[in-house]
Parts: sequence; structure tokens; C-alpha cells
Amino acid sequence: MPEAVAPTTAPLPARESLETLVIDILAEARAQGASAAEAAVSFSSALSVTVRMGEVETLEHHRQRGLGVTVYFGQRQGSASTADWRSEAIRDTVQSACAIARHTAADPCAGLADSDRLAREIPDLDLYHPWPLTAEEAIEQARECEAAALTLDSRIRNSEGGSVATHTGLMVYGNSHGFCGGYPTTRHSVGCSVIAQDESGMQRNHWHTAARDRNDLEEPIAVGRKAAERALRRLGSRRLGTRQVPVLFAPELARGLIGHGIAAIRGGALYRKASFLLDRLGTPVFPAFVTIRERPHLRKALGSAPFDREGVATTDRDLVSEGVLRGYLLDSYSARRLGMETTGNAGGAHNLIVEPGPLGHAELLRQLDTGLWVTELLGHGVNGVTGDYSRGAAGFWVEKGEIQYPVHEITIAGNLTEMFRGIVAVGNDVDARGGIRCGSLLLERMTVAGE
Amino acid sequence: MTTDTLALVRQQLLAPAGLGEDDLHRALSCLLGHAVDGGDLYFQRRRAESWALEESQVKSASHAIRQGVGARAVSGEKTGFAYSDEIILPALLEAATAARAIACHGGDGRIQVGPITSPARWYEPLDPLETLSAAAKVDLLERVDAEARRQDPRVSQVMVSLAATQDTMLVVGGDGTLAGDVRPLVRLSVTVIVEQNGRREQGSSGGGGRVGYGWFLDGDRALGYAREAVRLALVNLDAIPAPAGMMTVVLGPGWPGILLHEAIGHGLEGDFNRKGTSAFSGRIGERVASPLCTVVDNGTLAHRRGSLNVDDEGTPTQCTTLIERGVLKGYLQDKLNARLMHTVSTGNGRRESYAHLPLPRMTNTYLLPGEHDPAEIIASVERGLYAVNFGGGQVDITSGKFVFSASEAYWIENGRVTRPVKGATLIGNGPDVLTQVSMIGNDLQLDAGVGTCGKEGQSVPVGVGQPTLKIEALTVGGTQA
Repeated sequence: MPEAVAPTTAPLPARESLETLVIDILAEARAQGASAAEAAVSFSSALSVTVRMGEVETLEHHRQRGLGVTVYFGQRQGSASTADWRSEAIRDTVQSACAIARHTAADPCAGLADSDRLAREIPDLDLYHPWPLTAEEAIEQARECEAAALTLDSRIRNSEGGSVATHTGLMVYGNSHGFCGGYPTTRHSVGCSVIAQDESGMQRNHWHTAARDRNDLEEPIAVGRKAAERALRRLGSRRLGTRQVPVLFAPELARGLIGHGIAAIRGGALYRKASFLLDRLGTPVFPAFVTIRERPHLRKALGSAPFDREGVATTDRDLVSEGVLRGYLLDSYSARRLGMETTGNAGGAHNLIVEPGPLGHAELLRQLDTGLWVTELLGHGVNGVTGDYSRGAAGFWVEKGEIQYPVHEITIAGNLTEMFRGIVAVGNDVDARGGIRCGSLLLERMTVAGE
Repeated sequence: MTTDTLALVRQQLLAPAGLGEDDLHRALSCLLGHAVDGGDLYFQRRRAESWALEESQVKSASHAIRQGVGARAVSGEKTGFAYSDEIILPALLEAATAARAIACHGGDGRIQVGPITSPARWYEPLDPLETLSAAAKVDLLERVDAEARRQDPRVSQVMVSLAATQDTMLVVGGDGTLAGDVRPLVRLSVTVIVEQNGRREQGSSGGGGRVGYGWFLDGDRALGYAREAVRLALVNLDAIPAPAGMMTVVLGPGWPGILLHEAIGHGLEGDFNRKGTSAFSGRIGERVASPLCTVVDNGTLAHRRGSLNVDDEGTPTQCTTLIERGVLKGYLQDKLNARLMHTVSTGNGRRESYAHLPLPRMTNTYLLPGEHDPAEIIASVERGLYAVNFGGGQVDITSGKFVFSASEAYWIENGRVTRPVKGATLIGNGPDVLTQVSMIGNDLQLDAGVGTCGKEGQSVPVGVGQPTLKIEALTVGGTQA
């Protein structure tokens, strides 16, 4: 054991002190001639440990500060950032931003968010649950997690480790419309990655849990076991012949598939016409049973935010209902470019929920009947402009609703426009660990390439 | 020359904080004093800027400064790590104290005094941000935009970005290491969207290296990127759906070398092999490629994006042979993994910043040229895919499965390149794919200087390269079964 009791994460500075910094930055910008300005100041602290084969591998203490400012001279803008909070550094940083603004072109769409859209009240979304974890306790939990994986089965022969991390952060944003707000957050995680081995070779797999509150994490032992089970079931993977079959996406991959659609309705992709969902507002993009809601104010959720990165109040809405695309994800700039209003999505979406269907995993396998259940994807073969999709995959071959054998070294390909239309079921087996909550997705048909 | 760089580094990193030799020694003693095997302090200051053009105007730009010091203590296989974004003595001592808490037993904590390494200089310690005036940067972006739009009326969007960083680092190690480097890096990227009868396609190109911005002006290099981006986008307007299944694949020279990075390079990084988690673990001396193949990782190529004078542990970079005539020769090592594997660092210990731990990473990875004329290679293929440009790739080092995604490809029929086909992901098995190499071109090219590699959440600039090569059988992930 370490001889010194290392501290847990560093304490957060008072919110007022960061607010004062933001106000100072905005004042400096005004003093240097800016007609408008916005600034964000952040502090974060983390402790992370990895235990491998029962021994501590890394113990990391993270502590980081950030300060960013954007200044406007009429419709011209410039940005600068630093990690240095001293007043000389603030002056220099504002100066750098101003120097840039002298050379950028006037853009009629540039500027702060309209003041009537800024959050008036900042609801407490219960996002701050510090975990007073000492290094020793973190090591013990990581060890317990990995041990659960290593002892599950004699074919678990090697490990990339069990890990535990706790993160706290405080961010304050303000602008020259008079908005200044911030809130602290926490995020904790436990993960494990192990290697199963038999005469067929080695297979690695992992599992992790993440939450704002440590009480909402899966138990370290459960995480370790799941990682081991996931590695074991991959042993003896075979290839498949090239064919077209229905494909069932596991929940942890299904949310990524929905994410490709979400990326295509972001303002930046739309005004650049770099989206396969261009001009599709108000038209069916999914089958009628698909609903996707944005719920930014869910208490304790990982994607929750009371206001976006421009201070605009976030609100509940349905992005997709009855399969029809009802809204885009816009910040003020892209909204102005499109002749629309901001949707409070500067920085992205806040908790997207794909409404679960009635079926669980086993029932979905039966509905799949004969086809591919995909549990892993490799690579980035997604073209956001055309929707063309081609990625490496691994999973299981299924016949008559029964899993036959694991498969790997194959690709799955299609076009997202057709893949979305071809969704035949959404599962109730929701993965809630990220900003997009989604169950399994069953797709009518994709091309599998293999031997 | 080298001592000049070190003096420059000290002046930039230590002088503003009033840190002297004694302070470094004190901090190192604090880090190593409690019975650890070793450790280091890594001081860094990074200045970066980026300028972006769209709709033919430079509408936004940003400037960023980050600096700090990372303290690492190592004991056996254990690593303790802490850092501070203030380069001042109290913060330094605090980080050192936190990092050393890892150690419970190990060496005697004595600090060795070693000679100052005098690495070669593969690039100049310049500040690329200052190599052009702001007005000239804006002008360059506007000229690239105009060149792209001039190519074809179907060009509907042009986005250009210009970025530079100056990275100044100093590493002081318990093993006597004292090394510093000033690393310039510039990059210019062009993305265009073309439209024809309601169909839209994208094309991207760009380049860069450890040089000043003037490099983009030499021979109108930057304008060449604009033309290339438009050409790529137009090719894809005519592309038909890609085939699916196993087939012969001819890879073009240069950037398709991402094959080597994914299929071979990652699997040979020391950490995975020390832990036995790589599909290549324990296979040194075995045949893993056709005898035509020799693959190296070379951090000493002048001005290349992936090159370094010294790595982030102060070890001079080198040219490491990974595969020689088909036989696996060596791994890429940092100090920690080299020590645990009883060998020496190959100068591949890299970290994204002071806030990250060093890992064994690639520099410029490429396959040496063969003897065939590229035209001869294509002519030898009855039916297959000719893939010339690629996007990203990824590998599962344990199973060895890797992918890389083509962004420009053509169908080969009876030895002739015919129609363009849509991009598709290619998938294979790292330890097998090079055994399928049957012909290698005499046209070795390195990529244009835009590659970034991600590992354990850390991004570092890298290079890849290869000559034209023919792979007898590889799975192509198109839609046409």
C-alpha cells in the first residue's frame, strides 16, 4: 500500500471566485474596446487509479484550470484561451482575442445569444455528488473489480486492468448581456478490461459504469464479471460469408447509431450543407413508432444542463415524434445562418431519450430470427454528408432466434437514410450511461462482408 | 546547436518562474526521495492558434496557451502521476509529493547525474505562429478558397483551416536525463462539398509538418491541397456502390500506409507486449509478413509531422526496424516498458501534454519500397479494388482485427482501373494481412502531414507511408454483396 495517504480530489474553488474572474475578463474586454464579450472559466479535479493483475499500475491526480474568452468588435470576433488565472494573463489573453478580431471578417450572424433567450433561473439539477474517495479506497475498489473478472473463469488469463475514477468540476459562463452562471458537477466511473484466452486465441472486452452519484454506479464486482463474460463469449469467433441479413444493434452501439443522425441535424452540418438529413425537417426520417425526446433537466443525469454554452435556457422538446423530424440542434450562430431560432444546443444535445419499445433482448433475438447481433464496432466509416455507413463489426450469428456462435473480422454496411427507415424495433433494454439513452435497435437489412 | 535549444527551453519554461538548477534538484529529490525506481518532471508550454475560413471569409480564429509541469514516479510496474498548470516551485513540490505516494519499495532514490544528450536536430526551434503576419494568414486562406472555387462550378462549400503550435518541453529525470526541445507544427486543411443534381459529396485534403507557414507558400503547395480536395469530391460524385467481400486490393502510395499503423504498428507498442495483450506478443523472430515487406518506425525524418528530436522522456528518436523481410524484429519502447522487458527505449515515449503519462507511441511508420512499377501492379489484377485515399482506422490489438476506411477507390477489371466506387471500410487481421502482400511498388511516399493517432485518450501527431502494394485477399466492406 502507498505509504502516504494521498488526498482525494482537490477541493473546488468557491463559485463566487470564478464568477469574479468572469466579470473581470468581461471588464477587461470592454476596457480593450470590445463591443461585446463572453467568457468561461473552469476548474476540474480528478483522481484515477488502475490496478492490473492485482497490482497498482497507475495512480493519477488531475487538476486543471481553464479560461476562454471571445470578444466582438461589432460583427468581428476573436477567441483566446489560457490556463493561467492571474490578472496579467487575463489581460494578455483578452489582448490576443482582440488582435485576432482585427483580422477576421465581419459576419452578420456573429454575436452573443439574444438576451431574451438567456436562462433567468438556474435550476439545481442535482449534478454534484462528490465522492470522498482516498487513493487507498480507489485502489481497493479497482482491485475488487478486476479480481471479480480474473476469478470468474480460468480462461480469463490476462488483464488491462480494473479502474476507478472520480471527477469534480466547476464551470462558470458569463457574457456582456449581464448573464453569469455556473454550477458544479461530478462524474464517477468504474471500468474493467480483461482478456480471455483458449486454443482459438485471445479476445479482449470491457465494461464500465458511470454516474453523477457513486450510489448510482454498478457494483465493482458486477462490472468485473460483466467484462469477463463479455470477453469469454467472444472466444472461438469465426468469420461469416458475405450476405445481406437483418442486424440487431446492442444498446451500447444503438446509441451511437442514433448519434450519427443527431450529428446530421446539428446547425453546423446543416448550414454547411454537410448533412444527409438536409431539408428533412417535418418529414419522416424514422418509422412512425420512433420518438426521440430531449430532456435537459433530468436530475442527476450525465447529459443534463440548465443552460447551454451560450447561457441559453435549455428546454424539454421532442426531436422526433411519430418518426418525423421535429427540430434541429442549433446554437445562436447556426440558427441565424439558417434564419431560425437557437434551440439551446450550443455544445450539443442534453439527454436524448429514444422511447423504448415493448420488447426485451431475448424477444428481439426471436424477432431477428436469422441474422447478425452486433456487439462491437470498429473504425469510423460513416460519411455524414451522404449517410454512407461501413464499419468493422463483431458479434454473434443468430438462427431462429438462437445464438449460434461469435463472429468477427466482418463489416456491416448500408446508408443511414435507409438504415433509419429500416428500423423494425426499439428494445426496452436501455443503456442509460451516456447522453443518448437507447435500447437495442433491430434493422431490417444490412450488407455483411466477410469471407 | 543543441545546447542552444536547451538554453532557449530553459529561458521559456524556467526563467519566468525563477526556477533554477537547485529547485529542479529539490523537486526531483522530493519525487524520488521515497524509494522509487525512477521518475521525471516534464515542463511544457504550448502556444497554438487556428484560423478558419468558410463562405470565402475568415470569420473566426483562436489563440491558446497552455503550460504546466507533470511529475511522474515509477516503482516496479507502478506509476504515480500528478501535475500542475502553474510552473512555480510550491506547485512543483506538491505534484512531486502526490506522484511519489505510489511507491512503497524499490530503488534507493538516488539521482544520477548523466551527460546532457545532444540529439540531432530534425527541425528548427522556430515559432511557427510568428512566421506569417495575421494579414498574410488571412490572405493564404482566401487564396486557397479561391483556388478551390475556380476548379469547378459544382463546388458549393469550401472550408479551410490553418493551424500552428509551438510546443516547448523540458524533461528532467532521476536517471540523469536533462533534455529539451522546441517543436513547431503547422497544418492546413481544405474540405469542399460539391453538388450535382441533388447529390452531394465531400472531399478533403491538406498537409503540414514541423516547419513555418512559409512551407505552404513554396511552389503554391497550399493551392495544390485545394485542387486535390475538389478532385476527390468530384470523383465521388461519380462513384457507384462499393463491392462487399474478400478480394484482391491494391493500395496506393502514401496515406494508405495507415494500414501499417493500424495492422502492425499498434500491435508492436511495448506496453501491450510487456503485458502480453497484443496479437504480436512473444512473436519476435517469427514470420508475420511476406518476405517482400520491411517496415520501420522513423522519428528522424526532417520536418515530418511525426518526427521528434527527442521523445517526451528525453531519449533521442531513431529509425527502428519492426519487420525485416517479413520477420518480426522489434517493438516500440518507452523507458518504463523497456526496463520491464530488459531492453532499451527506442525513443518512442510520447505524451499528449504535461497532463498525460508517456506511452510507447509511433512516430513515422512506413513500408520500404519494392521493385515493381505501380502500373505493373494494377495490370496484374484481374478483378479487385484500387484504394488510393483513406480516412481513419482502428485496431483491436488483442484480436489483431483492424479496419481502415477508403475515401477514394476504383474498381479494377482486367488489369485496368475503371469506375470509382464509394468509400468502404477494409477489415483484416494484423498478423496475417502482410503475409498476403504479393507485389510492392518502387514509389514509396509519405503522407502529406495530417495524421493524428489516438491511444488511451491521448492524441499525438504521426506520419505514415508506403509504396503501392498488392494484397491478394482482404475483406472490403461495401454494400454490394
